[in-house]
Amino acid sequence: MNHLPLIIKREYLTKVKNKSFIIMTILSPIIMIALIAVVAYLSNLNSEKVRVISILDESGLVKDVFKSTDKTTYDPLEGMSLDVAKELVDESSSYGLLHIEKFTDLDSVSKHIKFYSEESPSLPLITDLEEKLGNHFTNLKLEEADIDISKIEASKVYINIGQENFSGEESSKVDSIIKLIFGCAAGYLLFMFIIIYGNMIMRSVIEEKTSRIIEVIISSVKPVQLMLGKIIGTSLAGITQFVIWVIFGGLLMTIVSLVLGISLIDSSMPQQELMEMASQREGVEFYFESFKQALTNMPLMNLIVAFIFFFIGGYLLYSSLYAAIGAAVDNETDTQQFMLPILMPLILAVYIGIFTVIEDPHGTVSTVFSYIPLTSPVVMLMRIPFGVPIWQQLLSLLILIGTFMFTVWFAAKIYRVGILMYGKKPGYKELIKWMKY
Amino acid sequence: MSNLLEVHEVSKNFGDFKALNNVSIQVPKGSIFGLLGPNGAGKTTLIRVINQITMPDSGTVHLDGDSLNPSHIKDIGYLPEERGLYKSMKVGEQALYLAQLKGLSKAEAKQRLKYWFDRLEIGDWWNKKIQELSKGMAQKIQFVVTVLHQPKLLIFDEPFSGFDPINANLIKDEILRLREEGATVIFSTHRMESVEELCDDIALIHKSNKILEGKLTDIKRQYKTNTFEVGLEAENKSALKSSLTEKFTVSEASFKSLNDDLKLNIKLENGGSAQDLISFLNQRAHINHFVEVIPSANDIFIQTVQNN
Repeated sequence: MNHLPLIIKREYLTKVKNKSFIIMTILSPIIMIALIAVVAYLSNLNSEKVRVISILDESGLVKDVFKSTDKTTYDPLEGMSLDVAKELVDESSSYGLLHIEKFTDLDSVSKHIKFYSEESPSLPLITDLEEKLGNHFTNLKLEEADIDISKIEASKVYINIGQENFSGEESSKVDSIIKLIFGCAAGYLLFMFIIIYGNMIMRSVIEEKTSRIIEVIISSVKPVQLMLGKIIGTSLAGITQFVIWVIFGGLLMTIVSLVLGISLIDSSMPQQELMEMASQREGVEFYFESFKQALTNMPLMNLIVAFIFFFIGGYLLYSSLYAAIGAAVDNETDTQQFMLPILMPLILAVYIGIFTVIEDPHGTVSTVFSYIPLTSPVVMLMRIPFGVPIWQQLLSLLILIGTFMFTVWFAAKIYRVGILMYGKKPGYKELIKWMKY
Repeated sequence: MSNLLEVHEVSKNFGDFKALNNVSIQVPKGSIFGLLGPNGAGKTTLIRVINQITMPDSGTVHLDGDSLNPSHIKDIGYLPEERGLYKSMKVGEQALYLAQLKGLSKAEAKQRLKYWFDRLEIGDWWNKKIQELSKGMAQKIQFVVTVLHQPKLLIFDEPFSGFDPINANLIKDEILRLREEGATVIFSTHRMESVEELCDDIALIHKSNKILEGKLTDIKRQYKTNTFEVGLEAENKSALKSSLTEKFTVSEASFKSLNDDLKLNIKLENGGSAQDLISFLNQRAHINHFVEVIPSANDIFIQTVQNN
């Protein structure tokens, strides 16, 4: 008798009707959006404050370097000693005092510039000051050496290397960034999914053990069917939750940004950098153009299909292991010793994905780990946007499916024996012995 | 009478541990079969083999003439000793789910559940969660779920534990009624008084081996020692006793009686008949009480287990 649909239905409905599940589903996006909104709001608040920086320029060399903007006001001080100026600045609301001492030669002046403030100044501020002063003093030295600055400016060349593979597809740096984002998002999504819903499966197996209903159930159903039903039912509940999160979260995000009048996404990226990026690429239009092109350049069809297969394969592989752990122990505290071997390859996969795949998507490390079944789903998903030959994907998928069948068999063995074992906490030795039962 | 269940030389090992060693039992159709044995003897393993939860290493099991296969799941109702229900699920939903797993359609399951819930007067529990019920209440639900699909073979492992006397009686009557309706019952318990009361046949398992099997009455006949419990009224009790001791194996007995009798257990040697004893006693005393000592299931259990 095939009871799989019935079991899936029960698992799904119990999960979805569970109070804490409902609360999590609704609350999570609200909390997330609230957090983002608060951060965005605070950083907006912060950047709206005008910062005053006093400048005591005894050398008279940097008069026109600092021009006040709507965020920073430069307040030049004149005709006072350093001590007086320090006192003055300390009492005023100024952020700090930039002091340029007087010397006869440029080198001495540039080496003795100091910034005084009550608290240590922020790194971006110092970098900004250093950059401005550095440029200015370079120009002064060039002038001193009688070199025409305008000629130097005119001879500067900005390079943007066009990329094209042998089959004639053009790409650009923006492409790589987009691919990276896609790959990381896919890999990370899988990672999160496995951890959240794998745990849920494990808990649900343990629940059946502790409530002692298990023996009644498996006198009607094969343990493998029960295990698969649990995995599939819980996954469907997980997908439901995810979809609600995405829709609800997106909706909330739109509402909040409309109400508060701030863009939640952009604020995470400083405006200045965006402008710089745009100007480097000869205008905003170019930027969006290349973004659009990057999207069309990606093997989208391949990406979607591969995502579905690797996601399902990887998820099922890990969740069968989680189910086996749940069957082996009596309560959640005993799961620790078995969790490590599961989490290790998963974390390894994410690290390899983030560090190695970005560096060299088709290097040896990336390639090897995109075949090893426990890491392949995450690593392969991160590699695919960079273009992986179909045969490699198929091979990796084949290995994954093979391993999946093996782990299901293995997990089912442990499951079959473990669900009826109470009392003692099994070690690895015991688990291997169970294989022979 | 044919057998509903035939277990033939079933063995099962867990690693180095032998849980069942060539165990065979025959459960006649329509009987209540007591599966007895000390803790850890292998009863639960045998029951799990019959339920196809555990696969035997060797041996065969036949149900109603057919070799055991997955289609038999719907023919067996099993109430395990370690039992429970989903705590956060509602009673009705849960019972429906479990019934459907046994192959009933939803509509049929609902109809039968309604019948049983009305019968046991638990109809208003339908929308309660298990965690709101007491242990005994949950046991009732479990009993209903076990018998709902009208299986040919019912297996109860300690069915009365957790019940108060009233409910235990109720369940006992239901079991007897189910037998009347044609079901065969395997009954595993440590309570010998219920074995005495209910079982037609028994099998005793000890240290993975079956050491005794048969009709309870046959076994009792086999185990009786030709001993009679007597209450005698006489003028000189000690003289009577010593004269009896010369002829028979005599020991003190204790039972309730209205008279101040000499109470003795008198064991006859092989061949000695009750008639001879009565006439012998009749000449010497007034017989107020004369009963053959029939070993109780409890005695047989203890004696057999200790001898092995």
